[in-house]
Amino acid sequence: MSQRQVLQVFEQYQKARTQFVQMVAELATRPQNIETLQNAGVMSLLRPLLLDVVPTIQQTAALALGRLANYNGDLAEAVVKGDILPQLVYSLAEQNRFYKKAAAFVLRAVGKHSPQLAQAIVDCGALDTLVICLEDFDPGVKEAAAWALGYIARHNAELSQAVVDAGAVPLLVLCIQEPEIALKRIAASALSDISKHSPELAQTVVDVGAIAHLAQMILNPDSKLKRQVLSALSQIAKHSVDLAEMVVEAEIFPVVLTCLKDKDDYVKKNASTLIREIAKHTPELSQLIVNTGGVAAVTDCIGSCKGNIRLPGIMMLGYVAAHSENLAMAVIVSKAVPQLSVCLSEEPEDHIKAAAAWALGQIGRHTPEHARAVAVTNTLPVLLSLYMSTESSEDLQTKSKKAIKSILQKCTYLPALEPFLYDAPPNILKHVVGQFSKVLPHDSKARRLFVTSGGLKKVQEIKAGPGSLLQEYINSINSCYPEEIVRYYSPGYSDALLQRVDSYQPLAN
Amino acid sequence: MGILFQCRDAVDVFRKKEYDAAVKIQSWFRGCRIRAYLRYLHRVATVIQKCWRGYLGRQHYQLIVKLEFCTMKMNLYNAMAVRIQKRWRGYRIRKYCFNYFYLKEYLKAVSETNDAIREALEEFAEMKEREEKKADLEREEKKRDYQARKMHYLLSTKQIPGIYNSPFRKDPDPWELRLQKAKPLISQRPKVKQKRGVNISNRLACTSARSLPQSEILPPIDRKQCQGPFRDITEVLEQRYKPLEPTLWMAEPINELKMAREELRKQEWMRNINDNMFLPFSSYHKNKKYIPLMHSSSKYGPNSYGSQHFRDENPKKWICDKDFQTVLPSFDLFSKYGKLYSKAGQII
Repeated sequence: MSQRQVLQVFEQYQKARTQFVQMVAELATRPQNIETLQNAGVMSLLRPLLLDVVPTIQQTAALALGRLANYNGDLAEAVVKGDILPQLVYSLAEQNRFYKKAAAFVLRAVGKHSPQLAQAIVDCGALDTLVICLEDFDPGVKEAAAWALGYIARHNAELSQAVVDAGAVPLLVLCIQEPEIALKRIAASALSDISKHSPELAQTVVDVGAIAHLAQMILNPDSKLKRQVLSALSQIAKHSVDLAEMVVEAEIFPVVLTCLKDKDDYVKKNASTLIREIAKHTPELSQLIVNTGGVAAVTDCIGSCKGNIRLPGIMMLGYVAAHSENLAMAVIVSKAVPQLSVCLSEEPEDHIKAAAAWALGQIGRHTPEHARAVAVTNTLPVLLSLYMSTESSEDLQTKSKKAIKSILQKCTYLPALEPFLYDAPPNILKHVVGQFSKVLPHDSKARRLFVTSGGLKKVQEIKAGPGSLLQEYINSINSCYPEEIVRYYSPGYSDALLQRVDSYQPLAN
Repeated sequence: MGILFQCRDAVDVFRKKEYDAAVKIQSWFRGCRIRAYLRYLHRVATVIQKCWRGYLGRQHYQLIVKLEFCTMKMNLYNAMAVRIQKRWRGYRIRKYCFNYFYLKEYLKAVSETNDAIREALEEFAEMKEREEKKADLEREEKKRDYQARKMHYLLSTKQIPGIYNSPFRKDPDPWELRLQKAKPLISQRPKVKQKRGVNISNRLACTSARSLPQSEILPPIDRKQCQGPFRDITEVLEQRYKPLEPTLWMAEPINELKMAREELRKQEWMRNINDNMFLPFSSYHKNKKYIPLMHSSSKYGPNSYGSQHFRDENPKKWICDKDFQTVLPSFDLFSKYGKLYSKAGQII
């Protein structure tokens, strides 16, 4: 046979392999095909193609494997069990950029499902090769490598430590400074995943000087990038006071407040998470945030979004108010209380309501002024109804009970306390009556109002065990009024009067 | 004897009386005397007691006055001490524990900052929205422009009105106007867009040189010869690669004379020993004000005409304020002679 015909056989075989691998890669993009592919035994067919002579076939086979492993954990496990990883890692070091991208994609797809798979990737020495890929010239390769590292570091602290030990962090910080937006995003998300586990890891990230670059990127118009950057900064700041101070020193205030007005909801959420993590450490940091007008910005942000997006903002207000009474007064002055009561009443989810109740409790517990500011907005009845309703979760009930108790112990605003006399359970009633007994002896107008609104009557109807605290309070209230009034309002007085009429004998004329 | 006894009895009768009377008188007198003496004694005792009581009272009074004075002084001191303590306590609380007015000021400042931040953020949000709208509008414009360029063939001609220029309409559709303004699109090869995701065809295009084993280049397809007499290829190449022959105007710079002068000046400067200019008079460096001759500085002094300018000028008659240029740009009548390709207008 002629040479041409022999070569033609090889050409046909090559064409067939290329076509097969391309079709498999395309089919793997649709989830419904993957089951069929798996049943047809695609893994064992793709494995030898990874070692093919032709580079294109290798790359497409790697791509197809990556897509399959991406789909679910079992396939990823099959990839690991099939001993494909060492081969990938070995050829990662040598091949061209397309192969590197595809191999990094496979590593990412395998590593994202569970910590054990990620550990398997680390065990076959992929981390060093991935770090070498981070130094590559092509931004696509860097992006794929950074993505893979981020997914590996996401699971737990040991894996993060392994990634850091491989020397990835300085290279990731370099990647952040690159001009490509996608690369910046992925690098920021990888840094965020690394620093979220423990203070030491966050310190490692900070030591490389990541904060300055991250802080610069807050001004970038791309919203996905802002999400990742803000998330990274909040993961760094959450661990300790020093780290939070370092984040603040990078002059993120008041620029971060503009992110609270962004169109993208997740940018708002991450920005309020960052502010919350900074505010919760010390009163000085909260003071800083208040001085730059952060509370007003967060309040507006809460007003403009719904659902889980609001949650970090609500918690931030609670943390700020919890530190001291001056800060709580500043929170009240920024008109946060009406906003929080709106959140409390209109949110459907229990955990957000619980957070709002907790925040209101922190605001109102300091002095009578604070309690009055909370009570004026008519939130106490809402809190009471949440506490009493059977549909609220345990957490919501405990939080609203604590909030009610702490506010009531300082509340001297009687119009808000009156409704409580009627429908409060006994343990709360005790506090309410106690507050009345503290205020009434000194205020004559309040006493008059108390009688005319029917409060005195209600107090007489309360049954209390003799010698209990409640009885003492009732006695002290009764001692503010003349005998006749008290007797007039005591239950059964009309009957007693009628009895006297019955037993009265008129003087015989 | 009986009379004696009768005298004696009669005397006895009176003796008792007289005796009683004498006793009475004596007792009365003695009583008076004693009473007078007692009165005297009373008076004297009163005097003594009066003096003594006065003395005691005065002592008591002194004591009271002293006490009263001390009380008054103590009250004064107390009042002053209260004033001092009031001030000190207020100062101490305000400085070290809690300053109410500072707190009020602080809260006011906080609410002002909040308002400022709210305004700034509103402005920022508005600005972003405006920018977005503008970007959207621009994108729309670009899209429509591109579409108009693609649909350029739908433009109406003199013979046939296009679809956007129906004769039944009062004025043409805005698309018609857009089509008129648009440049026709030359169909190019579509640029390969760089997709973020893996693009198989892209990769294959890049590595196609190495993928298949090398096969020889395909033979050219037979096509017709081009028509027409062609110039000799050497002539064409000569024409194409002829060196630049700039005109006289372009060959030499316009300020050549000035540059030559500069050049000369530089060379002379190089050879200078002393860079400082020789000063006109010896105390020039002292910046003394030069006092000219009275003869030459008065109104009737020397005329500038004849020494400084030699032309009689009347600025009011000038038509424009620019002077003649020292260098005229040349016009290239003869610069292209014999160098043009066409033979039009040349003397044969």
